[in-house]
Amino acid sequence: MSAIAPAKPLPYLQVLDPKGVIVNPDLAPRLTDEALRALMYKMVFTRVWDQRAVKLTRQGRLGFYAPVAGQEASMVGSEAATAKDDFLLPSYRDVPQAVWHGWPLYQAFLYSRGHQHGGQFPEGVNVLIPQIIIGAQIVQATGVGMAFKLKGEKRVAFTYIGDGGTSQGDFYEGINFAGVYQTPTVFVVQNNQFAISVPVKLQTAAETLAKKSAAAGIPGIQVDGMDVLAVYAAMKQAVSRARSGGGPSLIETVTFRYGPHTMSGDDPTRYRSKELEEEWRQKDPLVRFRNYLSQRGLWSDKDEEAVIEEAKTTVSEALTKADEYQSMTLPGLIDRMFDTLPHDLIAQRAELTE
Amino acid sequence: MSTVVHRRLLTGNKAMAEAIAQEMERDENVFVMGEDVGAYGGIFGSAEGLHQRFGAERVRDTPISETAFIGAAIGAAAEGMRPIVELMFVDFFGVCMDQIYNHMAKIHYMSGGNVKLPMVLMTAVGGGYSDAAQHSQTLYATFAHMPGLKVVAPATPYDLKGMMVSAIRDDNPVIFMFHKTLQGLGWMDQLDYSVGHVPEEEYTVPLGKANVVREGKDVTIVGIQMTMHHAVEAANQLAVEGIEAEVIDLRSLVPLDKETILNSVRKTHRLLVVDEDYRSYGMTAEIAAIVAEEALYDLEAPILRLAVPDVPIPYSRPLEQAIVPGVKEIREAVEQLVRH
Repeated sequence: MSAIAPAKPLPYLQVLDPKGVIVNPDLAPRLTDEALRALMYKMVFTRVWDQRAVKLTRQGRLGFYAPVAGQEASMVGSEAATAKDDFLLPSYRDVPQAVWHGWPLYQAFLYSRGHQHGGQFPEGVNVLIPQIIIGAQIVQATGVGMAFKLKGEKRVAFTYIGDGGTSQGDFYEGINFAGVYQTPTVFVVQNNQFAISVPVKLQTAAETLAKKSAAAGIPGIQVDGMDVLAVYAAMKQAVSRARSGGGPSLIETVTFRYGPHTMSGDDPTRYRSKELEEEWRQKDPLVRFRNYLSQRGLWSDKDEEAVIEEAKTTVSEALTKADEYQSMTLPGLIDRMFDTLPHDLIAQRAELTE
Repeated sequence: MSTVVHRRLLTGNKAMAEAIAQEMERDENVFVMGEDVGAYGGIFGSAEGLHQRFGAERVRDTPISETAFIGAAIGAAAEGMRPIVELMFVDFFGVCMDQIYNHMAKIHYMSGGNVKLPMVLMTAVGGGYSDAAQHSQTLYATFAHMPGLKVVAPATPYDLKGMMVSAIRDDNPVIFMFHKTLQGLGWMDQLDYSVGHVPEEEYTVPLGKANVVREGKDVTIVGIQMTMHHAVEAANQLAVEGIEAEVIDLRSLVPLDKETILNSVRKTHRLLVVDEDYRSYGMTAEIAAIVAEEALYDLEAPILRLAVPDVPIPYSRPLEQAIVPGVKEIREAVEQLVRH
C-alpha cells in the first residue's frame, strides 16, 4: 500500500524518533550503508558550511544569506531522493539542495554577492536560480514538469517553499494547475514554524499545510522534517510517482530554523522563546541520525571530524575561487538584457562605457 | 489590360492564428495555453482552429489562473519549449504581474544569460466598444517601461502574422499585443482595417522596426494600432486641404525604432504623436523626449501629443469616443501644427 494516498494525508510520517530509534520499520527506506553514510556526510557538511557562511556574512565577505541550520534533514533528505536529471526550483534558503544537485559552491557564493556568474549554471546542472519572490517558483515548477511531460521525458521537477509561502496565491494556483495537468512535479513545503517572525498559526487555520493539497486534488503528506529517513522515504515515493506518470504530490516537512530568517538584521529573540528553540534542538536531525548510524557501526567520531575538516577546506577554497573571479562591469550589466542587443540598448551601453 | 492582383483577404485574428498554426507545424516545441483558447479559439479569435488541428495537449485550456499559466510558461520555456500564452485582456495583468515583471523579464539577466525564455505572451488590448474601465486599456507603456521584454503591437493582418512568426522564433520573451477591434470579429464593429492581404506562405516581419505607412512632407504623425489607422484617415482628409502628412506605424514599442521617427521628423520638421494609452509617462512622452533630445533644432513647431487623459476609460459610448483620440482630433492637431 502506498503511504501517499489522494486527499487523505497521513497524519505524520516518522521513521526515526529523536533518539535515533527506528519506530516505523515498514516505511524505512532501503538504503545501502554507503547511501546512509552519504546522507550523514551531506548533513554535517551543510551544518559546517552554514556556520562558516553566517560568519562570512557578518564579516561582509558574503552578500545575502539565509541560514539553514536545523533544516538539514529536510533539505538533504529530499534532494538525495531525486536524480541528477530532475530539475530543482529552489527558494532563497534552498542553496544546499542546489549545491548537492550540482551548483558549484563558488558560484553559490558569487550569487550571494549578486554576481551574474553565480546564476550561470554549468551545462547539465538542472537548477533554476534561487527564487526570492515568495511562491513564484511553485507555478514555474509546474511549467517545468509540463515541459517534461510534453517532451515525453521521464524527469521530475521539484521545488521548495516555506510555511508562509503557502499563503500566497501562487502556491494555490501552482498546485491546482499541476493537478489539472498531472505534471510530474513535487512540491516540498518546509514548515520551519516562522515566516520571518510570523508563526504558522497566523498563516492558516488548516490543521496541517499538507492538507492544502486536498483542495488541488493531489496527494499530500506531512513528515517529520528533523528525520532524514522520513523525508527521504516520502520524497522517494513522490518522485517515483511523478516519474511513472502518477502526477504531482505535496510533502510538508515539519522542521525548524535555529538561526535568524536571514543575515539582514533579523533577531529571532524578538519573536520566539529560548525554550522553543531548545525544544527543537532536542530533535536535532544530525544528533538523531548520528545516534542511529553509530549504533549500527556506520559512523564514528573520526568520520565526523573528517567531514568537518573537509567542509572547512572546501568552503575556503570555494571562497578563494569566488574572490578571484573577474568582477562584473557596468556596461556588462546590459549585455544579458536581450539575446541580441537592440540599438537603443547599444547606445545605453556606450554611455555606461564612457 | 490590367494586371490581376491576387489578394488573399484575412481578418486580424485569422492572420494571427495562421502564424501560430504554421509555427506549431514547423516546431513541435511550440504550444498554446490560456483561458478559452481551446474549442472556443480564444475569445478574440487568436487561436481559432488550433485546438481542432493540434489537440488538447498542444492547445491547452487553462484554469482561470493567470499567474499559474504565465509562470508555467516560464518554467516550460526554461526547459526548451516555446510556449505562447494568452492573457485574455491586458487589463488582467494585475493578478499576474509578478510573473511577468519579476520573472519573465528578469530570469535571463539574473542567470547571466544562461536561461533563455523563448515565450510569447499575447494579450488583447484597446477599447472602442464600451467595455469599460477594466476591459478597455492598452497599457502599452506599462509593459514597455520594464527592461527585459520585447513589446510589440501590430496593426494590420499582414503584420499580425509576420510579427507573430518573429515573436515565436525570438529567443527573448515577447509581449504581443493585439487590438481587439482589429481582429475583425463578427460581433464587433466591422472596420476595413481589420481585413487585409495575408500571403499563405510563412514570412516574418521584424520586431523593432517601424513602418512608414504614408509618405508626406509637412508633418510626421506617429501612431500605433488604432491611432495609426486614425492617423492615415486624417492624413487622407488633410490631403484635400493640401497638407501632406507622413504617418508612421510604430508596430513595436521595445525595441523602439528611433531612426525611422528621427528621419521623418528631419524631413517634415513637425511631429504629432498619438496614443490610445494614458497621457502621463507614456509612449507619447517617450517619443517626444527622444525627438527633443536628438532633433530639436529640426523642429519648426513644438511637438504635439494626443492621448487618453489620465482617467479610466468610460463605459458610455459617447464619453469613450470623446476621450480616445480619433480622426477629428488628429486632423485638428495637424492643422494647428502646420499653422504654427
